[in-house]
Amino acid sequence: MSAAIKITTPLTDEQVEKLRVGDSVLITGTIYTGRDAAHKRLVELLAEGKPLPFEVKGQLIYYVGPSPARPGMPIGSAGPTTSYRMDPYAPALIRQGLKGMIGKGEMGPEVAEALRTHKAVYFAAVGGAAALIAKSILKSEIVAYEDLGAEAIQRLEVRDFPAIVAQDCHGGNIYKEGRAKYEIK
Amino acid sequence: MREVHVDQIVKTVADLCIAANYQLDDDVVESFRRFREKEESPTAQAILDQLVENAAIAREGQFPMCQDTGFAVLFVELGQEVHIVGGDLWAALNEGVRKGYGEGYLRKSIVADPLRRVNTKDNTPPVVWTEVVPGDKVTITVAPKGGGSENMSEVRMLRPADGLEGVKNFVVDRVSRSGGNPCPPIIVGVGIGGTFEKCAWLAKKALLRPLGQRHPDPFYAEMETELLERINKLGIGPQGLGGRTTALDVHVEVYPCHIASLPAAVSIQCHAARHKTAVI
Repeated sequence: MSAAIKITTPLTDEQVEKLRVGDSVLITGTIYTGRDAAHKRLVELLAEGKPLPFEVKGQLIYYVGPSPARPGMPIGSAGPTTSYRMDPYAPALIRQGLKGMIGKGEMGPEVAEALRTHKAVYFAAVGGAAALIAKSILKSEIVAYEDLGAEAIQRLEVRDFPAIVAQDCHGGNIYKEGRAKYEIK
Repeated sequence: MREVHVDQIVKTVADLCIAANYQLDDDVVESFRRFREKEESPTAQAILDQLVENAAIAREGQFPMCQDTGFAVLFVELGQEVHIVGGDLWAALNEGVRKGYGEGYLRKSIVADPLRRVNTKDNTPPVVWTEVVPGDKVTITVAPKGGGSENMSEVRMLRPADGLEGVKNFVVDRVSRSGGNPCPPIIVGVGIGGTFEKCAWLAKKALLRPLGQRHPDPFYAEMETELLERINKLGIGPQGLGGRTTALDVHVEVYPCHIASLPAAVSIQCHAARHKTAVI
């Protein structure tokens, strides 16, 4: 793989436009966690015209439900969860200025469309490499929905969090391109 | 009758829950290395390297290998000459899971009701499959199952006329449609025959077989080898990002079936192929 591109959150449209499918990145800065149950609540707030519990503009949401932190540790294991389950929710957040998501597995056409229209990017982290990924997370604090346990929204401070650009704002899709390249008919 | 106290069952289940989540078996790690040698995609090579490293970090005992520490699926082989004393078996299995997931800092991923979805907060209840077998031993296997790969599993009631080709096409199609979602490289459990529920159980149980071990019947051994080749030609690769390593192995289990039926099930296991067994 080519050398990793270092990026720091929050992201701008210009930074997003430079990212292309297959690029390895190391993400540093603040990212937010969220998965099924939290997304349902966020999108309900938007539908009611209410403010979100954190500013999503320029931010990244990581689809993760970490395992519990041991005493003295910032977090437990923290690999990505499967992203297609967030397909119904992601476009609404992208329209609010969210610049990207981190997860695993392909996201649907409605998300690809939102990435193009609003300049956002979808990163794949390595699913099941959760112990390894945890080492790049320095700090975590709950921002909202503590009642959801592992599904609560947390603010994470990360340094050199490893990911790969999976779907970019130019319509690129590594799941289609990568597979076509290695398929033997 | 040999007596086995429930306290021993509680401790055994708790220990197995923790061991399964922190110590990936050597056959799986070796398989990452073996496929890494044959892999052509640089991205796929990098991912397989990360999985070897991840397994090593998990073994140190601070971080489970995956944050999805799974639904606790328990296979209990209860010797018919064993008398369980001190309480009831179901309660003991639940307590073992509660203890293991608590003390092991494992994620609590179970909701009490499938539609109303409130977390039970201790990862109970487990799914328990009990078989009564000859002898005076209790053999317990804990196989924590992640949600991402479980969601890609399927049962299909084929027609007998669909035959061997029909089953093979169903398996390959199921893996193909799953793409990167179940965290490839995967292990594919295939159950054929029995009834609707029996073939699903066989497919799940097939995941417990060590990697590289073929079915004792040469007919099914050949089917396994062919399915593995076809799946690895799909190009899905580790995490669905493209490559030659989509599945590490395919295991088929079969059972007699009705003259009108050909049930088949595909159980997809992510690369965090966790299962630990103890004999009491």
